[in-house]
Amino acid sequence: MPSSNKAATRSSWYKRNEIAVTPWLFLLPGVAFFLLYVIFPIFQSINVSFYDWDGLGEAEWIGFGNYEELYWDDAFYVSLRNNLIWLVMYLLAIPAGLFIALFLNQTVTGIRLYKSLFFFPFVISQVVVGLVFTWFYDPTFGLLNEFIGLFGLGPINVLGDERYVTYGIIAAGIWPQTAYCMILYLTGLNAVDPEQIEAARLDGAKGARLLWHVIIPQLKPATFIAFVVTIIGALRSFDLISIMTNGGPFGESRVLSFYMFEVALSEYGFRMGYGASIAVVLFLIMLCFITYFLYSMYQDDKGGR
Amino acid sequence: MFPRPIEHAPRSWQLTYQAMLPAALILWLLPLLAVAVFSVKPDADFTTGNYWGVPSSFNFVENYGKVFFASDMPRYLLNSVLITVPTMIGCVVLSSMTGFALGVYKFRANLWVFFMFVAGNFVPFQILMVPVRDLTLDLGLYNTKTGLVLFHVAFQTGFCTLFMRNFIRALPFELIEAARVEGVAEWRIFWFVVLPLMKPALAAMAVLIFTFIWNDFFWAVVLTQGAESQPVTAGITSFNAQYRAAYHLMSAGSIVAALPPVAMFFLMQKHFIAGLTLGAVK
Repeated sequence: MPSSNKAATRSSWYKRNEIAVTPWLFLLPGVAFFLLYVIFPIFQSINVSFYDWDGLGEAEWIGFGNYEELYWDDAFYVSLRNNLIWLVMYLLAIPAGLFIALFLNQTVTGIRLYKSLFFFPFVISQVVVGLVFTWFYDPTFGLLNEFIGLFGLGPINVLGDERYVTYGIIAAGIWPQTAYCMILYLTGLNAVDPEQIEAARLDGAKGARLLWHVIIPQLKPATFIAFVVTIIGALRSFDLISIMTNGGPFGESRVLSFYMFEVALSEYGFRMGYGASIAVVLFLIMLCFITYFLYSMYQDDKGGR
Repeated sequence: MFPRPIEHAPRSWQLTYQAMLPAALILWLLPLLAVAVFSVKPDADFTTGNYWGVPSSFNFVENYGKVFFASDMPRYLLNSVLITVPTMIGCVVLSSMTGFALGVYKFRANLWVFFMFVAGNFVPFQILMVPVRDLTLDLGLYNTKTGLVLFHVAFQTGFCTLFMRNFIRALPFELIEAARVEGVAEWRIFWFVVLPLMKPALAAMAVLIFTFIWNDFFWAVVLTQGAESQPVTAGITSFNAQYRAAYHLMSAGSIVAALPPVAMFFLMQKHFIAGLTLGAVK
């Protein structure tokens, strides 16, 4: 019987190649979805950045025109500068998180609840964090000005003053980020090898020296993750700026991600091509970090199975 | 343990530490406590300038009642649930499959597919914005919850795959080999051997995704507008516009919007922290 014979070979082909085929069957839906919504759009955006396009009408190819305009655009440099400030300042969340973790790494009664409550800001949406800090900074009734008023200073309008505005927003962002770093370090501290600490203590090491030479090297995996999430968080900053100042005053608190949104999707007109070119610049900055992260993971992975 | 356990310290230092804990906590949560106080104050306190004094009356019920019964807030909350829960389910289904494929099988493209997921997960949102908005418009899903869910599922699959794959790698491989020797089909190995072992990872991932998606603001603004589909993070701005300068109501609204992930965190704390700190310890 030829037909049953055929069926038999087909099933045995699957049987013979089961281990090679199965992973692809399992990957198919996830990969297809991810390609459609994440990977292809990256290339589409790069393509759009070479066009002058309002999102509806005909797109006009202008080569590097958008990038040329970017080169002369002062707002772009303000955003880029602010992005750098964000990156550098945001990294403070890592030592701050370590500091709080060291403070809380004890076993007194109720410490679990304290740890949870210290972590709490991370769970709240950035939108609410932004609102909370906007009121905190408010020049008429904000707690910050009530506080510095005690020393006869102020009032300072943090979010209305172009000198302070970016730092004010960053402080709001560091608050939840510190909580995240803290929880990473608390977990890391839990796994530090107690024998090494005892050995170091017998050798007379203590305090800062013990921390620097024995503890911090063992916290390396936690530090790596803290570094990754903090960098990504700094470059993704959008919610806080949008809620707290909407880029103001006079565009002084913009960063690239916000400026891109403003150009492409706000009342100033739908300049998709120009917006895409800003996004490409931001993407290239991120790509440096992504490459570094992947390289580190690859080095790690070679050691494993 | 580092630092040295406080039990071995002098009694005076122990007491100082015990006193510092609540003080530090209050300082840490001060901006939030301020909002909580605002949210129970009556309207009159703001017009008379009594911002930080004792509330002239305790208006918990009135303020929160207004949020729930005189605004679009319940609508936004429901939208958020209808966006968050399907995303959670979609991510769990897709990434348990991709994680299984990448964690168990050796094939040449394995690491490349894995790196594609990881790299895609780190990409700035803005580079996806224009094409994803177009795609959603073309599919006729602009300003719908479905459009938002589809994107979130796709994007979060990157993070979830990383998570699942690393978890599955840590499982004892002998279990899978033993099943293969028995002649168990590969999909049955997935269903009957690996999936039951993944339960803690699935729970951890589900709570993380819940929090990420609930708190998403950018995509809500890009892909939706108006009360019929906006989640609460985007809705709160229109809520605040409606109650401009009514700080007691805006505070109450913010607290309501922030509460579900907070509740999720306190209920599922163990899973939540296990998920966030995966990889922090070797």
